[in-house]
This record gives sequence, structure tokens and C-alpha cells, in this order.
Amino acid sequence: MRVKPLLLWVVAGALAASPAAAEDLTGTLKKIKETGSITLGYRESSVPFSYLDDNQKPVGYAMDICYKIVDAVKADLKLDKLEVKLNPVSSSTRIPLMANGTIDLECGSTTNNVDRQKQVAFTNSHFLTASRFVSKKANKITGIEGLKGKTVASTSGTTNIKQVVEANAERGLGLTVLPSKDHAEGFLLVETDRAAAFVMDDILLAGLIAGSKEPAAYEISKDSFSLPEPYGIMLRKDDPAFKALVDKATADLYKSPEGVKIYEKWFTQPIPPKGLVLNVPMDAAMKKAFAQPSDSPDPASYVAN
Amino acid sequence: MFANFDFDVIRRSLSYLLIDGMGFTLLLTGLATLLAGILGTILAVIRLSPVPVLPRLIIGYVEFVRSLPLVLLIFWFYFLVPYIGQWLTGAERPIAVGAFSSALITFTLVEAVYFSEIMRAGIQSISRGQLAAARAVGLGYMQSMRYVVLPQAFRNMVPLLLTQTIVLFQDTSLVYVVSITDFLGAAGKVAQRDGRLVEMYLFAAVVYFIMCFAASMLVRHLQRRNEFAR
Amino acid sequence: MNYHWNWQIFWELSPEGTGTYLDMLLSGLWWTILTSLAAWAVGLVVGSVVGIARTLPIRPLQWLAGAYVELFRNIPLLVQLFLWYFVLPELLPHGLGLWMKQMPNAAFYSAVAGVGFFTSSRVAEQVRAGIGALPRGQSMAGKALGLTVAQTYRYVLLPMAYRIILPPLTSEFLNTIKNTSVALTIGLLELTARARAMQEFSFQVFESFTAATIMYMVINMVVVIAMRTLERRVSLTGR
Repeated sequence: MRVKPLLLWVVAGALAASPAAAEDLTGTLKKIKETGSITLGYRESSVPFSYLDDNQKPVGYAMDICYKIVDAVKADLKLDKLEVKLNPVSSSTRIPLMANGTIDLECGSTTNNVDRQKQVAFTNSHFLTASRFVSKKANKITGIEGLKGKTVASTSGTTNIKQVVEANAERGLGLTVLPSKDHAEGFLLVETDRAAAFVMDDILLAGLIAGSKEPAAYEISKDSFSLPEPYGIMLRKDDPAFKALVDKATADLYKSPEGVKIYEKWFTQPIPPKGLVLNVPMDAAMKKAFAQPSDSPDPASYVAN
Repeated sequence: MFANFDFDVIRRSLSYLLIDGMGFTLLLTGLATLLAGILGTILAVIRLSPVPVLPRLIIGYVEFVRSLPLVLLIFWFYFLVPYIGQWLTGAERPIAVGAFSSALITFTLVEAVYFSEIMRAGIQSISRGQLAAARAVGLGYMQSMRYVVLPQAFRNMVPLLLTQTIVLFQDTSLVYVVSITDFLGAAGKVAQRDGRLVEMYLFAAVVYFIMCFAASMLVRHLQRRNEFAR
Repeated sequence: MNYHWNWQIFWELSPEGTGTYLDMLLSGLWWTILTSLAAWAVGLVVGSVVGIARTLPIRPLQWLAGAYVELFRNIPLLVQLFLWYFVLPELLPHGLGLWMKQMPNAAFYSAVAGVGFFTSSRVAEQVRAGIGALPRGQSMAGKALGLTVAQTYRYVLLPMAYRIILPPLTSEFLNTIKNTSVALTIGLLELTARARAMQEFSFQVFESFTAATIMYMVINMVVVIAMRTLERRVSLTGR
């Protein structure tokens, strides 16, 4: 079966050159063509990537990117109409639901890493973030060592919970790790004093704090559990034709002024539902990630020099 | 003690909670009851029939499902149903199944087991003489079941079937574990978005209680009427 | 099927640094057993008291016990667990609530209370039915012998009633074991939660859930065999 991926690449190449006919298509593209629909997986509380607004509609930075991908797919397949279905996913269900075909694109805040690439694929990275923790200022917890012996929450199914569990084992921190269903729940565990800290990607922590009842009461740790890691839109593995299309669509978007505009819309301007401003302008690494789009899972490759 | 609680959050999100959330829950309960009732009756009839092998398979399935927690079964089916669909239809890729269909298939396949146990008891409560008489007039096994035994068994078991429906109604709340927006899921989303856990979960409890209590009163009323009728 | 099977996964080390994935599942199994037993103890004791109360000739007590059963039977278990875990501490005085929230294994205690009281309402119904199934002559005979109400229950009614309801109690206990899995929503690291965590860490969905499935079936079998033995032990000859 070694030949198969190669064959698919040839098909993918042919696709770019010739108009797409259904019999030439493979994998997800064939499915989209046949069913006339594409299913996006969205998150409930990954602010500002993918979350529910006031009307309980999923919105966000990653959702905008996904709609651009949908446009590209529609154009490539020469479809008059492409129905977009939405399916909620959580950190713990997103990978199995991708593998079993329930969703075609996962639009959220999923870290692209080597482990996950064994089961799924990622397109070009759309954000870089490190794993940190939020705690109440009043509790005066400084650094990871300050968490010793405490109860710490993290969302189940994330790289973050894996990192905190590993750090706990390696450094002998004696933590009780409490898995939460989603980020909002994890943060609530800190707000209600059930957990001393919530370990998550720092950008998501910033979003949660900004949206909380008392933003001034919380702080994000300086210590991090990881280097800034790339987020990517997730796709099915071993589907090179679809991946090539999505990679091209995202690369075109990120390199264009429109990509920057979408970034600014979610990170430097007021966002729904409460009109908060996250105020996270593009840093050097992020600019590089947009100028030279990459789907590498290696955090080191994103460091700007 | 409710001084710093904000019960207005319920009013603000009421249409989402009741239409999106409770709508999903009721539709799921209704359809799953119907389908599981039909499937459960078929399972019960086959299980009690004289055909070879099949009854044993059904017993195996019933015991398998009954020994597993519903939460685990929900995970299983949510992740596995597309592959089963692929296998059944011989398609080249897993069949995409939406959240609602997946939940419906799960509850149908799981609750059918419980309905089949009730129907089995119902069928067994009909005296064997009736079946023998039906066969004697020349009806086949399936015909005797269809026209003689099942209508009576069903009528006798109505209260138990309805009670099981109430249990099913409560159990649908477990789709929460796979982030599907049923009534509790909707309440949970609002609760977490606005940090109003106490208000929303109390509200959810009250709504569930009123609905289940009213339904169980109705069942009891039917039961009493049934007893008089006999 | 684009799924990569790996049955060796159970012998690989989990990221928790406390052993293999199999150890992780076994620790979940342990919590499932512990929580089930504790919740069953609560359910059996409270359920018996409430069930007996429903049969006593004291009207207000009957009514109260009936209301108790309706309350715990008509709210989904998941919601009840949320009430115990998320809502109760917020309604208590701040200090007490904080103590509840920060005690180690808070999820375990909430799960025991939640599953326990939920079970108690069902046990109560069984106990009531068991006592109700006895011929009225039995309690009259007790009275005629000069026994007090308490003595009649202790020596005449309950020993018979419990023998009658042993099979339904067995299935209630099996339900209790299954119900503990709902507590994964409040962070209890029981078997289903551990299988899910294993799936998240290793991405081996079907292997994880298969292992958990087998473990549940084994517990089920053990309980069924144990209860059958018990039934045989306590059964009265001549019945």
C-alpha cells in the first residue's frame, strides 16, 4: 500500500490542473462533492478562536478561517451550493470525531504536535501559544513551584493536561489534577476556589479572564509548561488532495492583507458577546507564521530571529 | 442567601433553553421511545420464538448492554456508529452521522434492551393457552403474536413502558458528556458562559422535576384505571 | 478505516508517570469499586429507613418519605451530581463551602452522596414493595405476640421482606456500579473517565473503551455470582 499516498499526490497535482470531476476525487473532497455539504467542528469556549456568542452561534478567528477554506473548497469543486453543517466538539471528542468522519474540519484551538499527527493532520498554523496557568491574585501563587501540593484543573483531552501531568511526575509537585470538560468549566473551578489554578494555553486564559466577572482578580503565570506551540485547523489524515487544497487556501489567506485583517478583528478589536478587546497584536513569531505559512508541529521552527 | 444570585439569567436565555435545549431533549426522547419500543418488541418476540440461534444472540446483546454504563455506551456509539454505517453499507468511508442522529441511534439501541425486557414480561404474562388457541385456528407464530398476544401484552405493560420512557427522558441528559446541546447541555453552556452555575443547575433540576413528576403522576393514574378495567 | 490499531498500548507508560496505561485503567477500576460500595452503603441504609417509613402507620412520616422518593427519583442523576458538587457549596456559608470545595477527593464525596441518595429512592421503593408483599397476617401476628412495632419489623417483617427483594436489590447494586460512571462529569477518576483519558493521551479510542468494557463485564459477573450465592445461603428451605 506504499504506492497509495504517492498516487493520491499525483491525483492532487492533476486536480490543480484540470477541472474536478467527481470520479477523480478522493477522500474528503469526494465526500463533499457527493453530499453537497461540509461539516465544521466548533468549540464552546475557546475565545476568540471558536466559541458561542450571545445567540449561541459559533463564531471566532478559527471559524472565519474555516469559512474561507469552505469558500476555496466550493470554488475548487465548482459547486453552486455548499451546505455548511456545524457540530460541537470538545477537547476530548474532536480527534475521534474527525477520524470517524463526523466532522471534516475542526475549527478551534487545537495544538499541532507530533503525537496527534499519528491520528490526524493539520493545515498551516494560525496561532502560537504557550501553556501557562491562571490563578487568583489573592492566592499569591508565583511560578509552577508555587503550585506544589495544590489542586490544579486542566481541560481533558488537551496537550496542556498532558504537560501538567508530566511536569507533576517529573518534578514531584504532588498536584491533584482535576480534568474539566471545557475551558469555561476549568476556569470556573478556579473562580469558585475548587482548584488553585487552571492550566491552559495563555491566549485562552487571557480570553477567559477578560470575560470573567472580575478580570482584575486573576493573573496568568510567567512560568510556562511549554514553548509557544502552533495551533492548526485539523483535518483527516492520509487525505493529501484535501490537505493540499486547504493548505493552499490558508497560505493564500495568511499571506494576504485579509489574513491580517481577520487576525486584528479577533485580537485587537472588540469581540462578541461583550465587546471585550483582547489586545494581543501580532508579535514577530506570529508575523513569520503568516509570512511563511507552515504546518510544522515543531515549536522551534516558529521562533522568529 | 440568594442575594448575590442572578436569576434573570434564566429569563434572558429562556428561549434557547426551552426551544433549542428542551426541544432536542423531547424530540430525542420521543423518537428514541418509538424506535426502541418497536425494536424492543421485535427483540422480545424473537427471543421467545422457537427459531434457532437468534434468541441466544439477543440474550447476549441484552446482557452486554445491561452490564455497561450508559456513559460508556454513549462514547462507544458516538465514535463507532460511523464505522458501523460504513460496514453495513459497504461504503468506502465512515458514514457521517450528526450529533442528533448519533444520539438517537445510541438511545434506540440501548433502550431497546430495556423495552424488550418489559415486553418479554408482558408476553409471558399472557397465558400460553391463548397462543396455543391462536395456533390451533391456523395462525402462524408471528401472526398469533401480532394479532393475539402483543396487543394484550402491550396494554398490560403501558404503565411500565411509560415509566421506562421517563427514565429515558432523564437519561438523555447524559449526552452532555459528548458536548451535545440537549436541555442540560444548553443550561450548562449558559451557566459556564455567564458564570451562573447555581442558578442554571437549580433551574434545570426544577424543570426536570416538574416534568418527570407530572409524567409519573399520569402513569400512576393510568395504572389505577388499568386495574379497574380488569 | 483510517484507524491505527495498537493493542500493545496497555503496556506503554502513561504520561502520568505512575505506570502503564493498564495501571491507569486499574486505578479507575479501583475508584469505581470504592465509589460503588460507598454509594451502595448510603443507598441501602437511607433507602431502608425511607422505605420502612413509608409503611409505618404514621401519616406525616409516610408523606415525608413519599416526597423524598419523588424528589430523588424525578431529577436526572447527572443534574443531582451537579447540585451536590457545584451548587451545594455555594449555598452554604462561605467558610463551610470553601472547606467542602477544597477537601481532597471532593468529587468522590459528591459522587457518593449523589449516587447514594439517588439509589436510596429506588431502594426505598423496593423495601416498601417487599414489606407490602407480605401477608397482613404477619404484622398482626407480631402484634398479637405482644411485640412492639420496632420488634415486629426487626424479627418478623424485615427478615422476610429483604429475602423477597434480594433479586431486585442485586440489580439495583449493578445499577449503582454503572451509575458511578456519571461522576466523571464532576472529575471523579473512575473507570470510564480513565478510559477516556487514556483515549485522549494515546488516541487509541477503541482499545481504551474495549478494555473498560471488559472490566465492567467482569465486575458485573462477579456481583451476579456473589449475589446468587448469597441468595442461596439465605433462602429458607420449604419456600
